[in-house]
Amino acid sequence: MGITLSADNLAFRWDHTRDVFSQVSFTLHPGELFCILGPNGVGKSTLLRCLINLLDLHRGFVRIDGADIRKINRQVLSRKMAFVPQGYDVAFSYTILEYVLMGRAPYISAFSSPAEEDVKIAVNAIREAGVYHLIDKPITEVSGGEHQLALIARALAQQPEILLLDEPTSHLDFGNQMQVLSLIERLSDRGITIIMTSHFPDHAFIVSDQVGIMREGVLSTIGPANSVITSTTLQETYNVDVRVEYNEVAKRNVCIPLRYNKAGPNPVEPVLDMLLRDCSDPAYLYANCD
Amino acid sequence: MNHPDPLPENDNLSLPGEQDRYKNEPDDITRIIKKMHFTTFLTAGLCILPFIVILCSLFIGRYEISPQTVMHILLSPIIPMEHTWSAAEETIILQIRLPRIIAAVMVGAALSMAGAAYQGLFKNPLVSPDILGVSWGAGFGAAIAILVTSNSGAVQICAFIGGITAVASTYFLSRLYKSEHILVLVLSGVIVGSFFQALVSITKYIADPYETLPTIVFWLMGSLSSVNYTDIISIAPAILFGGAILLLIRWRINLLSLGSDEAKALGINMKQITRIIIICATLLTAASVCISGIIGWVGLVVPHLSRMTTGPDYCRLLPMTIVIGASYLLIMDDIARTLISTEIPLGILTALIGAPFFAFLLWRRKTGWV
Repeated sequence: MGITLSADNLAFRWDHTRDVFSQVSFTLHPGELFCILGPNGVGKSTLLRCLINLLDLHRGFVRIDGADIRKINRQVLSRKMAFVPQGYDVAFSYTILEYVLMGRAPYISAFSSPAEEDVKIAVNAIREAGVYHLIDKPITEVSGGEHQLALIARALAQQPEILLLDEPTSHLDFGNQMQVLSLIERLSDRGITIIMTSHFPDHAFIVSDQVGIMREGVLSTIGPANSVITSTTLQETYNVDVRVEYNEVAKRNVCIPLRYNKAGPNPVEPVLDMLLRDCSDPAYLYANCD
Repeated sequence: MNHPDPLPENDNLSLPGEQDRYKNEPDDITRIIKKMHFTTFLTAGLCILPFIVILCSLFIGRYEISPQTVMHILLSPIIPMEHTWSAAEETIILQIRLPRIIAAVMVGAALSMAGAAYQGLFKNPLVSPDILGVSWGAGFGAAIAILVTSNSGAVQICAFIGGITAVASTYFLSRLYKSEHILVLVLSGVIVGSFFQALVSITKYIADPYETLPTIVFWLMGSLSSVNYTDIISIAPAILFGGAILLLIRWRINLLSLGSDEAKALGINMKQITRIIIICATLLTAASVCISGIIGWVGLVVPHLSRMTTGPDYCRLLPMTIVIGASYLLIMDDIARTLISTEIPLGILTALIGAPFFAFLLWRRKTGWV
């Protein structure tokens, strides 16, 4: 069990003109958990979509066990890789069970419907994700967090060896975030290779084996969380004053965002001041934001 | 900092009681599977509904024939028996009511299936079978044929060709945009539909106001009054083919309603299945329209009624649209031919009853999406 996934010098551009990212390379071994951090709009979701061949790469190769994923039949690929998108929009009120059963699609031929075996796998996936109590509830009536867990259950019903999660913890409350993270950790322990994007550097400390920070179209540094996520890198990435400190209670590093505090031990210039100094006319300010 | 209750295990996030969840596992699954079988069994029971409606429809009509006589006439070709009825009665049952009933059942089922399939494809419960312009294309084909000939066979063939042409134009127009987005298809459908509607208006404008114009107008209103066995046999292959394919792939239609990206990630070949659904639904709609004229609202209302009965899973939904669609249009057609002394155009009736009925469904908020 387990596949090695490697990304080799990936590049993507919208409409063949606007570069989103380039020179993205990494290799993941079975059961590794890779967490991608980065500011909004930097291309994290785009990268995930490229990794599962939903978007066409401009350059580079994604390989699983040495085979180019673009050359693999989509149905075969979907038995190995599952994707949990960030947004969801379901037109009809399927029950959670029907919704998760759709994850069995890669194993069901075009002319047939789920069999009892598929129901068993789906029910177990629902149990695993911890939404068994909602099994008969319409998906349109559950909360955002429950929907997220149902999506993960659906991905699990695919019985994938690689799981891609696009910001699985956004929109979730504190409790649900931890529930999702603990689920992700359990899956990783079971040997599933996981790639997730996140907005919370803390989450990378909690679960990840490897962390990559995406900035200005490149995945600049990749390595264990403790070496990649530092006060300096976070400040450079998010343009805010952040301290990464070891916490005795949590027994791990935690990120503490600070306010613009010039009198602090390490005075950092407020972001707004930096921006305003750089550009005296507002047009320049707009030019920076896509 | 003062933490009175530090977490005992920080690297293990599993919640207490997690192991207990796996208790009774086999029981639960058997229970769930049993429940699924039971629901399927219940919905299968509804399949007798159209047969009851068919039987009742044979009994009613302006010319009164007793149910006993109707049964005798129906069974006479199979079981030899004494002729106790008049030739007129036999003609009315076998040559007028029966073909009309068969046609209503076929058209109702076909339009409803096409509507349900398109609603899945476009992820939108407000889509009807003529979303890609098939009705106005068929209308234009029929109008042209009525202008030049009075042969009803030619009108049907032209209507069928017109409908297919309109959908093909829609499809190729949407390919021009080089976007896989499903909305482009809807937009192209609107464009092509409006274009053919304008063409229909032109033919109406140049038609002879005493001879051909009324025929075109009546055709566009939709009716099953002149259907005969030849019509039924000529559209049956298209309807059986389109319907059978849709029934076979019905579970996959569920996946389309998740959206293109998610369906792809689940291993679905979007282009292929989109094409299959468009071809099947177009065959169903064009075949229906060419013998019945334009009948609106059926393809919109029936999928909703079915969804309220079976839930949104196409496994059960699509067979149910056949059952309900057939019964629904047959009842409408019965009303159309018996309510007042002259025939009411079926298309008018389906809209007159369908629109308020749809409003009622929305008001009850049972549709699951409002």
